[in-house]
Amino acid sequence: MAKTLFEKVWDAHVVASPPNSPSILYIDLHLIHEVTSPQAFTVLRERGLKVRRPQQTIATMDHSTPTTPRGLDGIIPVVDAMARAQLDQLVKNCQEHNIRVFELGTEHQGIVHVIGPELGLTQPGMTIVCGDSHTSTHGAFGALAFGIGTSEVAHVLATQTLLQYKPKTFEIRVDGQLADGVVAKDIILAIIANIGVGGGTGYVLEYTGSAIRSLNMEARMTICNMSIEAGARAGMIAPDDTTFEYIIGRQYAPKGKAWEEALAYWRTLPTDEGATYDRQFTLNADELVPMITYGTNPGMGMPITGQVPDPAKVGDASEKAGLEKALQYMGLQPNQPLLGHPVDVVFIGSCTNSRITDLRLAADMLKGHRVAENVRVLVVPGSQQVKKQAEAEGLDKIFKEAGAEWREAGCSMCIAMNGDQLQPGQYAVSTSNRNFEGRQGRGGRTFLASPLTAAATAIHGVITDPRTMIRAKQPIEVN
Amino acid sequence: MIMEPIKPFSSVAVPLPIENIDTDQIIPARYLKVTDKSSLAEGLFSDWREDPNFVLNDERYKGAQILVAGHNFGCGSSREHAPWALKAYGFRAIISTYFADIFRNNALKNGLLPIVVDAETHQKILDMIAEVPQTTIHVDLEAQTITLPDGQSVTFPIDAFSKTCLLEGIDELGYLFTQMPAIEAYESAHPPRVSIGGA
Repeated sequence: MAKTLFEKVWDAHVVASPPNSPSILYIDLHLIHEVTSPQAFTVLRERGLKVRRPQQTIATMDHSTPTTPRGLDGIIPVVDAMARAQLDQLVKNCQEHNIRVFELGTEHQGIVHVIGPELGLTQPGMTIVCGDSHTSTHGAFGALAFGIGTSEVAHVLATQTLLQYKPKTFEIRVDGQLADGVVAKDIILAIIANIGVGGGTGYVLEYTGSAIRSLNMEARMTICNMSIEAGARAGMIAPDDTTFEYIIGRQYAPKGKAWEEALAYWRTLPTDEGATYDRQFTLNADELVPMITYGTNPGMGMPITGQVPDPAKVGDASEKAGLEKALQYMGLQPNQPLLGHPVDVVFIGSCTNSRITDLRLAADMLKGHRVAENVRVLVVPGSQQVKKQAEAEGLDKIFKEAGAEWREAGCSMCIAMNGDQLQPGQYAVSTSNRNFEGRQGRGGRTFLASPLTAAATAIHGVITDPRTMIRAKQPIEVN
Repeated sequence: MIMEPIKPFSSVAVPLPIENIDTDQIIPARYLKVTDKSSLAEGLFSDWREDPNFVLNDERYKGAQILVAGHNFGCGSSREHAPWALKAYGFRAIISTYFADIFRNNALKNGLLPIVVDAETHQKILDMIAEVPQTTIHVDLEAQTITLPDGQSVTFPIDAFSKTCLLEGIDELGYLFTQMPAIEAYESAHPPRVSIGGA
């Protein structure tokens, strides 16, 4: 029977399917971090349980970690006592259970969804979970990867399995070619604006089509990362040569004969001819323009040249109330354009857009410019390895000379629980994934956009269409 | 931790008819810097509670155990602190037209009942509350019904496994251990795909 990519990975991991019960699904790789794991280790401790497969578990520090530059001693200071206690607890838990942990500031520390792929841990056909909804990121490699709660973290730690009902499948097909200045972030923002923040609920998304195939791995990760913003726990892209070229040679990638065997298996994973999906949606990449959000969920997005929607024109009472509430929070008027709207902060980073290709896009835009006065610009690499690579390429100098802050690796202002945050009322253009009320700091107001749009906005201090800047420069590689 | 079985109960229902309430609203990230589950109740809807007109600041809803929310409740972050905070505050059931997947899973594991009703019933409940602010709803998990003050009984769906767990207070981790022979068999047939060195 013809199967989809998802079905192949699912079927290969079903340990048992008892009647009238969820399936028991085997987990190949478990990623943990300081915020959603401590209470899970407490469960293990209370019951006298061990971590079943420490060799398939890895820990990093990212959410509550400061990104402030290192002191003269080379150490990143953690001044928040609660954050410090949380980080110490992670180390203690990992030592007790023999789990490798990448501590703050060390060589491989970084955002959990940046380091997994970077280390070659994320591989096609795997099941990968983490107590973090953006685990969907790893689906870019043809893995089934999804976020779980802390009770489930305990389940995986103790049994290496999860109880799961099989989700439905949803093909998102994107054909065509992106115009200059339009990037992966614009694709995913357009998809979510179309299907809505609940549109993917109950489904695993599979992104297909020529526009997806032409993206590099980091752009694919940006797309899969935001699957959860459409309500889908997972998003997947079939592995291909682009995927294999990314993985080969990385630290935990299979080597030698094991590589050949893995490769042969990975090549069987793409969706079979004739396999069907429960639902489909098609988007034409030719017509896409840079996207920006105007509201308080990622589905409230529009072309950057557009106007803020008018609640008076919304028929559904509940949707209308939601839009009114969002515009009130954002301090925006119906029908106003966003181009030219002033911002206080530009944030370039997060598990959506903090990889080396994201930083190259931003640096290309900022090179030879100064950021606008009164605009704070934070550039936060996703991992220590990304930071090192960026510095080797001189990108840090471009950012600093432009007047931006070059920070240590972490989640930073995407989650605002680590000292990096907006002040009440401030506006930010952010390359992160959520524009929820208060997400980037209590009272802060977020416009989600691509690294190109963020960098163009940083230069002018007002929301700027990156295409107007690109036309004035040499053509750049945007994908 | 073995859960307390969910028995039938009645409570005043709190109206919060907003769509797409995300877990950052339910509990902002600044409350996640803890290593236990205490003190989460104070974080529940903490930004919205700053508004004196917010519904949870209404004395009439003090002690209420049922929340009636707009569709896609619990979207966004996977933080289980959201159902922990709702439970710690005193809620035992949330009624909506649908829930975000991760939130629903997390709620079920904590004895917080996500009750899905159709749009018409949802609106009827909200209309009833608009008329009589302290509207009491009866919840019976075993019968899979909610009963409204006018006597109308509405059934709600729940999967058989979760229902049994909630009614009998069975915890899923304990259940998974009963499946250990199958897990061991799977592992012996499938070598690990990665092997990471220890701490």
